[in-house]
Amino acid sequence: MARRLTLTGNDAAAEAMRQIDPDVVTCFPITPQTELMHKFAEFVADGEVKAEMVLVESEHSAMSAAVGAASAGARVMTATAANGLALMWEIVYIAASNRLPIVMPVVNRALSGPINIHCDHSDTMGCRDTGWIQLYSENAQEVYDNILQAVLIAENPHVLLPVMVTFDGFIISHTVEVMDALEDKEASDWVGEYEAKYSLMNTEDPVTFGPLDLQDYYFEHKRQQIDGMDNAAAVITSVGEAYGKLSGRTYGMIEAYMTDDADYIVVALGSTCGTAKVVVDEMRTEGKRVGLLKIRSFRPFPHAEIIAALASAKAVAVLDRSVSFGAPGGPVHKEILAALSGTGHTTSIVNYLYGLGGRDISLNHIRSVFEELETVAGKTIPADEVRFIGLRG
Amino acid sequence: MSEKSWKEIPIGGIIEEAGNADTYETGSWRTYRPIWDAEKCIHCLACWIACPDSAILLEDGKMVGIDYTHCKGCGICAVECPDKVSAFEMVLETEAAEN
Repeated sequence: MARRLTLTGNDAAAEAMRQIDPDVVTCFPITPQTELMHKFAEFVADGEVKAEMVLVESEHSAMSAAVGAASAGARVMTATAANGLALMWEIVYIAASNRLPIVMPVVNRALSGPINIHCDHSDTMGCRDTGWIQLYSENAQEVYDNILQAVLIAENPHVLLPVMVTFDGFIISHTVEVMDALEDKEASDWVGEYEAKYSLMNTEDPVTFGPLDLQDYYFEHKRQQIDGMDNAAAVITSVGEAYGKLSGRTYGMIEAYMTDDADYIVVALGSTCGTAKVVVDEMRTEGKRVGLLKIRSFRPFPHAEIIAALASAKAVAVLDRSVSFGAPGGPVHKEILAALSGTGHTTSIVNYLYGLGGRDISLNHIRSVFEELETVAGKTIPADEVRFIGLRG
Repeated sequence: MSEKSWKEIPIGGIIEEAGNADTYETGSWRTYRPIWDAEKCIHCLACWIACPDSAILLEDGKMVGIDYTHCKGCGICAVECPDKVSAFEMVLETEAAEN
């Protein structure tokens, strides 16, 4: 029996964390994540959760404490955004390399400078090679659902990798939406108990964590991480299906919205997908064959699903909310081109950069993108051609 | 030590076997060899506490010698040994090996 709630994205994340009740939550506040941990701290103060909340002096310490607790065999969560994620950087890699299934909501925010607190994806796109799984959320409902699923994905013995659940700063984190949550019992049964294979606390069978690992074995350990990430694809899909049976909301690596017969497809991540769906619905009533490809899992990247979803499109617009300076196009665009290379596709692919520092993207912007796609179909678009949405001339 | 494939080792760099540094023979790293003088030694065990390689050998709470298979020749034992005692002499490994 679902509970219908009216929550901000941050409160939706805190609600999921309340129901998961991790053993340890480490925390350092940063806008726009602050209210998430503020809410969770209320649950701790009110005795609604048993979690040990560790308040630290920086994000570097927040992730370090998370790594320590996870090495001790605890189920661990933390959360951050933008510059906080940047300060964690060193330990973010170590969490993945030590195969610690930490779950971390990241509230997407532009990296400084100039200083800006609003949404773009420069923070999480910057750490796409850290070895963390990355799930992007479209709205508060998905924030909640993704966090509950992330626990099972991270802790799967074939995966054992940390997971970032990302959602757009302010646009999702501070916007009140109606969403459905599981009953507490349903949620706690769903996540179950976590038993770490190795624990620093196990003095009966002691092991060494994080030893020096030089030319003779480091490469092999990286190969294992590749394997864990490869395995994550099937696990994300199976967990998404199982969650569908429980909640009525099934998730995959991607969401292909009206793409089956679409001539023109927009590819996007996060809250922009909600905006794009409205435009797709409107244009469909006008007889236009348009669709949206939403990428939910950016790491691992769903190559096969994307190739299938874009197969019959005449033209595709890839929307990037972050810059890869000096590269031909944004990070999502590059991945799409790489996925399609060698498939013999004839689709015209256009890269759009949008929304940096929280610059709004409207229904009309996305409509204009679809209209531009109609004019480029059949043309070869240079890989380094980037168009801008909402940028003054 | 035969090197294993990525499919044969624990993930994340975990070392499952406790204390297996014992099988790693670091004695060949030595440039200087500590030579212990049993006559001078007062068995204060300052060297045993300080030795980073657990290479000071004890029997019944008294020092009996040095484990040269693990001693890296760092010389901490010689420094920690009280000045009035000086039971260690650091000798070039090449010279010590000839004797």
